[in-house]
Amino acid sequence: MALHSAGKGKLLAVIGDEDTCVGFLLGGVGEINKHRQPNFMVVDKNTAVSDIEDTFKRFIKRDDIDIILINQNVAEMIRHVIDSHTQPIPSVLEIPSKDHPYDASKDSILRRAKGMFNPEDIH
Amino acid sequence: MSGKDKLAIFPSRGAQMLMKSRLQGAQKGHGLLKKKADALQMRFRLILGKIIETKTLMGEVMKEAAFSLAEAKFATGDFNQVVLQNVTKAQIKIRSKKDNVAGVNLPVFESYQDGTDTYELAGLARGGQQLAKLKKNYQRAIKLLVELASLQTSFVTLDEVIKITNRRVNAIEHVIIPRIEKTLAYIISELDELEREEFYRLKKIQDKKKQAKAKLEAARAEMIASGKDVEAANMLDEGDDDILF
Repeated sequence: MALHSAGKGKLLAVIGDEDTCVGFLLGGVGEINKHRQPNFMVVDKNTAVSDIEDTFKRFIKRDDIDIILINQNVAEMIRHVIDSHTQPIPSVLEIPSKDHPYDASKDSILRRAKGMFNPEDIH
Repeated sequence: MSGKDKLAIFPSRGAQMLMKSRLQGAQKGHGLLKKKADALQMRFRLILGKIIETKTLMGEVMKEAAFSLAEAKFATGDFNQVVLQNVTKAQIKIRSKKDNVAGVNLPVFESYQDGTDTYELAGLARGGQQLAKLKKNYQRAIKLLVELASLQTSFVTLDEVIKITNRRVNAIEHVIIPRIEKTLAYIISELDELEREEFYRLKKIQDKKKQAKAKLEAARAEMIASGKDVEAANMLDEGDDDILF
């Protein structure tokens, strides 16, 4: 059953604004590997969209990352890259940020789910 | 058209048997695949419900975590840069296991603590309590997010597998089974035709035999009438020019 659980533990990656990153780093997900590459990226208003895209693509390529957390407002900026990522691993999770409340209608997974489910069925 | 919707096969009894067993196999496979698709669909619905539940819960947990971050900042002062610069090794890591649903492997993530807290001394001067609360809140959020991630991964994987299975079910139902059935019908009609031909041929032979016999009888009757004795010579020497009749 546990096929590759014997391998070493995988990491979470974070792409988000400063506060989100600081929070998760305090939670203990941060790591800098031996090539001095961090597994998080702080996005502020001066960060170029292409930088975010590159970082996201690099995180997807790294095989020690299983989950990528990304702020929803950041995810909106690189929506086309996220939508083109269809592999199950690493899984991309969109999380709310401090100054942008969570909008379920923008989430790529929930959008797919909407087509098959009526909201009334759930409750 | 006829070349496309039936298999290229010579119509014989053997081929008919072969086709019959293939049809049976296809029907059985169709039933099994359909059952598999149903099982997957059930699991899929379950996961979908859970995802939506967890997503709404996540909103609340994240809000609480962000709030405690603000609290800690108020108590300690700005520590963002200190935290961002002091990253070394991850404390929380993810293990993945496989869960098997109807032959499909679904990854299940599990978080675990590994190593010591890098920020053990952060907030030593003031705001230690708030920082501890902040860490706890974010760890809770991480746990929830990991759970959500495994649900989401299962969702994506299942979605893919269900599509493939449904495609197979439909292919068997609408392409393979009709094709085999058409081939069977073709074989049966061909065999029937052969049988009819054979029957006609036999009838014809019988006819010809009858005519020949009548002719012979007539010739003999004529001979008898003219006074010759032919009975004795004819007893055994009937001749077997034809063993069919």
